[in-house]
Formats: sequence, C-alpha cells, structure tokens
Amino acid sequence: MPTVNLRGPLKQMAGNRGEHAADGETVVALLKNLERAQPAVAGWILDECGDIRRHINVFVNGEPAQAATAVGAADRVDVLPAISGGSR
Amino acid sequence: MSELLVGTKKGLFALEGSPGEGFDVTARAFAGEPVEYAVRDPWSGRVFAAVISPFYGPKIFLADDVDGGWEQAAGVALPEGGDAALERIWVIVPGEADGLLYAGGDPGVLFESHDGGASWELSRGLWEHPTRPSWRPGGGGLCLHSISTWPGDPRRLAIGISAAGVWVTEDGGETWERGNEGLVARYVPDDTSPDDVPLCIHRIHRARTRPERMFMQFHGGVYRSDDAGASWNDIGAGLPSDFGFPLVLDPTDPDSAYVIPLNADMDRVTPEGRVRVYETRDAGETWTPRGDGLPQEHAYLTVLREAFDRAGDDDGFELYFGATSGDVFASGDAGATWSAAATRLPPVYSVSARR
Repeated sequence: MPTVNLRGPLKQMAGNRGEHAADGETVVALLKNLERAQPAVAGWILDECGDIRRHINVFVNGEPAQAATAVGAADRVDVLPAISGGSR
Repeated sequence: MSELLVGTKKGLFALEGSPGEGFDVTARAFAGEPVEYAVRDPWSGRVFAAVISPFYGPKIFLADDVDGGWEQAAGVALPEGGDAALERIWVIVPGEADGLLYAGGDPGVLFESHDGGASWELSRGLWEHPTRPSWRPGGGGLCLHSISTWPGDPRRLAIGISAAGVWVTEDGGETWERGNEGLVARYVPDDTSPDDVPLCIHRIHRARTRPERMFMQFHGGVYRSDDAGASWNDIGAGLPSDFGFPLVLDPTDPDSAYVIPLNADMDRVTPEGRVRVYETRDAGETWTPRGDGLPQEHAYLTVLREAFDRAGDDDGFELYFGATSGDVFASGDAGATWSAAATRLPPVYSVSARR
C-alpha cells in the first residue's frame, strides 16, 4: 500500500503522525481515502470540488504529481505546502 | 478595560487597554496565517476566528480565549462535489439569540450556526437564489462582508455582497429580496441596464435603536436607508471623498455614523496625507472631520472594511480602527480625540472591539 507523508498542521491533525498508509490508484483517490481515514484533515488538502488545493503540492517518489497521477503499491506520496502560497 | 481582536496578515492579535492609556498585546494566535476576522460572541464569551490559509483553505476556529484551545468549527464548506469551493470567510456576526451566529464569505455565501458556533450550515435560500448566476465579484472577490441583524428578531437580516448588492430576508433566510433602489454605480455607463450593474457594496450597518435606519459605504457613495434597506439616499456630499470601506454607527443615536474616507478607487489612501474619521450627527446632512490625535501629514493609510469598530452600547462608546500600515487607533470619547493603540503590527484586516 502506498505511504503518504504529512508535515506541519496536517501531521498534527492526523494523530500527530507523519506517515500514513493509504490506498488509491491515483493521487486524488489516495487523498480521498486518506481523508476518510483521518477525518480531521478533510477539507485541508482537497477542496469541495474534490480538487487538490491550488497551493498544495503533491509528489510521488519525489516527482511533482497531479490529481490524476498514478500511484503504485510501493510508492511514497508527499503532501507539502507550495512556495506559491503565502498570504496576499 | 477594552479588548481588541485584530485580524492581520500574519495572525490574530488580542490587545487590552483603554484609549489614551495604552494597549498591550496580550496574545497572538495563528502565527503566520491571514486572519480575516475575529469576534467574541457576547452570548457565550467564546472567540471566533476566520483563518484564511492560502494552503489549507478558509476555516472558522473557536476557543474560550485567544491564547489557546482552538477547535475547528464543522460545516464551513460549500456542498461537496460541486463546481465551487469556499474562497474566504469575511465576517462573523453574533445573532439575536443565544447560540445563533452568522458568517459571510466568498463566493457570496452565508453560513448560520445554531449551536454556539461549533457547527455551521450553508444558507440554502441564498446559495440557491435564481439570480446567483448573474452575480459578479468586486476586486476582493464575491464577498458577503456585512450582516446586519434586526434587534430582537432572528428572522430578519440584511446582508451586503460585493458586488451583488444588498439582500434582505424576513423569514430567517428562506427567501431573499434585493434592496438596491437608489444606488448609483458611477463605474459603469449611465445607460447600463440595471440588471447588468454590479453593485459594489463596501459595508452596511443598521441603527439598533431605529432598525429601519441603515447606512452604507458604497464603491463611490455614502448612503442612508429609512426602509430597512429597500431603498437608499445619497448622503455623501460634504465628505472629502465618498470612496472608502468601513463604517460604524453610534449605538444610541440613529442619526449618527462614522466613515473613514479614502482618496479614490484608484488611490485607496487617506486624502491629502491626513487621517480623519468623519462623523454625521444629522443622518448625513452634514459631516464633521474628527482627526485630533490622528496623523495629519505624510500619512497615506488604507483602512479596510472590517477594520473599524466600536466598543460599548451607551453614549460613552469607544471607536477603534486599524490600517494596513499596522497601526491601530483608539478613541474613548466617540471620536472626538484619538491615540495610538498599536503600531507596527502586520497589515490589519479587521478590528473587533469589546468593553
């Protein structure tokens, strides 16, 4: 099963644990499953449209990924705030 | 002793003190995060903060006090699986009953809580209004920034949306009617069809002692309504500029209001390098500048719509406003004289005051 790494407030809300096992054939499917398993992070990574929030970056095995990027069983998925964010 | 909750670009600041005697920063929360608005609910005493994380989206948090124990409120989101996401929460307003609160946000949405703010529901009557597809945003988005309750009657509200105008409900939000008669939008041609005019309301408030009396700061215009928001009369003559954002009313006198004029829509700073609050005591017939103690030279400040508030409901009320310069000013005599309450804060988005 893929591993999802969370940092900062996401880690704190997910039981103060950075590493989570979560299934999903694509990035967005995996993140939706993560939200079901860790309800406190619901709405923090994905918005109501089911899209990855615009200033959240997701990487699969260190490579920039999109919502539809495929995820393999042994893959590592990192969820990080993007440098494009920051308050206006 | 008064408490100020100051929402800034880099967190929420709590200040305590008295006008003229100084204020101390007693707590800071959500360090590094933009806090659009914060308020203490007079019914429960709990503090609410609208935190607009550019990373994680807008959320409402609540706590007994600013210095800790924050919990995330539930339900502050648009319907799942749709084509719109909540962009921002602009304001949180305690309602006319214990446990009742409202929150306004972008895209032109109203949330209600009936359990003291722990959970919220989207106002479907407004969300599903048939005219919504025609609503257009202002420069700050499609923001529902003003919520005016009717003293003692939880069913009645007036709201202001930039740039979808004023909306009024008398049935708790099930149905909404427009209240825009008399507003003149100088930023579109005169012959533009009324249906095509975006109405950029900047702020509205209701006089608590005469609730059918309301005041408005518009995008170029200051107005008064005497019919609970259905129609409006221009009262901007006599101001150095009728452009501005915030507005505060005298709690005891329905003829009295305060605005902070900015130079123009293309130059949103205090006119002539002078910071002045303008007061009317005759329902907008005349305006008087109040600047004693405020910077009167080389001061080009921007004061945002949620950054002006009063504390107290009697004739000894206090006034406070903050600027994007990071300054917060205080008056303990209803605007006659002013002093600095804070300097060098991050850019101020909102000020909420309580005595």
